[in-house]
Amino acid sequence: MFMKKLALAGGMALLSSTAVAACEINARVNIVGNEFPAIQTVGAGAAECSGGDVSSNLTADHQKINLAGMQGDPAEYTSAIIANSSIVALINEDVIRPLDDLVAQYGDTLQKNQLITIDGKVMAVAFMANAQHLVYRKDVLEQVGAEPPKSYEEMLEVAKMIRDQGIMENPVGGAYAAGWNLAQEFNNMFMGYGGEHFKAGTAEPNINTEAGVKALEMMKALSEYMNPDFLTHDSNATNAEYRAGNVALMNMWGSRAATLTEADGVPQEVVDGFAIAGPMTVGGGETPASTLWWDGWTVAKNISDEEAASTFIALTHAIRPAILEDEEISTQAVWLIDGYDPTPAAEGVFAAAQANTIPYPMLPFMGLMHTALGAELTDFMQGKESAEQALKDVEAAYIAAAKEKGFL
Amino acid sequence: MKHRTFFWFFLPTGLAMILFIAAPLVSIITQSLFAPHEAVFVTVENCGPFGCKEETTIDQSATAALREAEPMGRFVGLSVYLDRGHLAVAEVAEAWRTSESIGEFFGTIYNLPFYRALAFTLTYTFVCTPLLIILGFFIAISVNSLHRHLKGLVIFFSLLPMIVTPLVGSLILFWMIDSRGVLGNLLSYLADDPDLSLKASSPLMWTSIIIYGIWNSAPFAFVVFYAGLQTQPKDTLEAAQIDGATRWQQIRFVTIPHLMPLVTFVALIQLMDNFRVFEPIVGFSAQAHATSLSWIIFNDLGGETQQLSAAATTSVLTVIGVAILLSPVLVRTWRDFKGRS
Repeated sequence: MFMKKLALAGGMALLSSTAVAACEINARVNIVGNEFPAIQTVGAGAAECSGGDVSSNLTADHQKINLAGMQGDPAEYTSAIIANSSIVALINEDVIRPLDDLVAQYGDTLQKNQLITIDGKVMAVAFMANAQHLVYRKDVLEQVGAEPPKSYEEMLEVAKMIRDQGIMENPVGGAYAAGWNLAQEFNNMFMGYGGEHFKAGTAEPNINTEAGVKALEMMKALSEYMNPDFLTHDSNATNAEYRAGNVALMNMWGSRAATLTEADGVPQEVVDGFAIAGPMTVGGGETPASTLWWDGWTVAKNISDEEAASTFIALTHAIRPAILEDEEISTQAVWLIDGYDPTPAAEGVFAAAQANTIPYPMLPFMGLMHTALGAELTDFMQGKESAEQALKDVEAAYIAAAKEKGFL
Repeated sequence: MKHRTFFWFFLPTGLAMILFIAAPLVSIITQSLFAPHEAVFVTVENCGPFGCKEETTIDQSATAALREAEPMGRFVGLSVYLDRGHLAVAEVAEAWRTSESIGEFFGTIYNLPFYRALAFTLTYTFVCTPLLIILGFFIAISVNSLHRHLKGLVIFFSLLPMIVTPLVGSLILFWMIDSRGVLGNLLSYLADDPDLSLKASSPLMWTSIIIYGIWNSAPFAFVVFYAGLQTQPKDTLEAAQIDGATRWQQIRFVTIPHLMPLVTFVALIQLMDNFRVFEPIVGFSAQAHATSLSWIIFNDLGGETQQLSAAATTSVLTVIGVAILLSPVLVRTWRDFKGRS
């Protein structure tokens, strides 16, 4: 790992020496964002710029600090790296600025589909795409003579075969940890059944429906094939189960699948059997039971024009097409950058995009719905209450929160 | 002390108390009475890498005008206190009207987040506090009777649970009780049930957190009681020995009465601490089985959309809860004080 970092740093140094002229800034840049590898690359790329002080705070807790760090005047952070879910909190509080003028002046290397426009104004620049999709063990599936499942119903059948033949006790993995993860799995399944979270054009909840009940019942059926501790398993713990060879089928993030088997001590059969495929459908639906995501960067509103321009230049530099020449960087994510060639690890996310997976809703009140789902679905998953009661509780919890926030 | 002298003597402490205790209290109480403005929505076209879509967003200029007019937000009085996320008066009344039995009524109440958190918080507080006092006391008398060369070492090890950061301590235990962990495996072997999982069962999760709480706080009780034992007069003990008191009788009739004021002190501190139980719930990823008032505050602030008013309201309710819990002890202390003077 250390050697890789060293090589990466060396590569960066070489690249920056050729690109010095391209990145001259004249004011401070301060970035806050998540800490997974692709974002580390963006942070390091921005730091190559000279003429101004470039700092970054990349942490898994970025969502807890980015809003507070951009509400001051002047803002502490000149940029926040966010996704389509988390940009909403920044838009709700009006702390990021439109980028149209900066795109016109400095954005030559950006492609049109990277620009996130809200009401015709560019509010963020996306640099990578993400989605949850199937990750499986091809050796185990061959052993039971099954094809990789295309739907969750098939996944249940394959899981049953694996269990019945005594290969694995709990062959299905799922990031079903109470809270954000569990809510996200519900969102996937709910959209796969054609559900819509809100009544059209309003903030009124709309999840206590047939689609909601079916989604919960499918989740319950899947959980029968999971490690009994599933309500404490987040993506990291689910990946650990896969690496340990305890899991043969799981719905996993594309951004984590690429490096899944690179950890130390993963048994050889797991490394060899590792395979990915597109997201699964459910209930005979056409739309995959998954959501599409982008990650991108924004520029703060409460900063000077020089700082805004410097931030834009540094971050555009960080995602310039030339970074893809480095093989390690090009496999880190499904880049939305000009000239990106999909690597095998990107197959799942590409399949998700081609199958018309629905993007995660960018609605002001979706965050509250997500929180309510994460807190109120656990009783159903433990068999303590009915699906209808759980969904009723979610709606009640959401309505209380939405009234407080002035959405209802 | 003259009033004037007392004033100058007390001033620094008083200022610190206003700054660090009174001001935050005023701030959360104010926050709990106000809520953000009614959002003004517009439907706009949003575009991105996955195409364009008509979506609802907040009308920034209209919202800015609202904020300008009323910077504090909307005054909502006690409505956040009474909503479903907190005291849930409407839901409780509804449950009372429609429930056919007392059991059903409590079942419905337990389904409300605040009361569910309160149930665990109170259980944790009232099970942990007495047990950790008893355990701390026994550690103290055992260590006190050790040879003096051994004492230092044993005291150090007894204090370890308190030295370890609570979050780290709970994570260590969490991994040990995992169904693939040391303790988890041992338990399922002893119970002869390969599917036994502490993390999948609410009663076992509650038990684990309570055991963790006792483990973590017993050293505090131990240190206090051990210090108290050092002040125990030798002659009373010797008199008891001459009278033929057994070891147990010496403890029961000489040592415990001597340590009683310290028990009150430890109980006071631990009631306060345990009522604010938080770290083990995060460390054990236990939110599916157990939540506490502090955890609700954390959850309200940690979501993608922060609920400041809801968090402030739960904070005020926690403060009220601590005050109620401590009131018997405080009343007693006040009576003792009046009795002496």
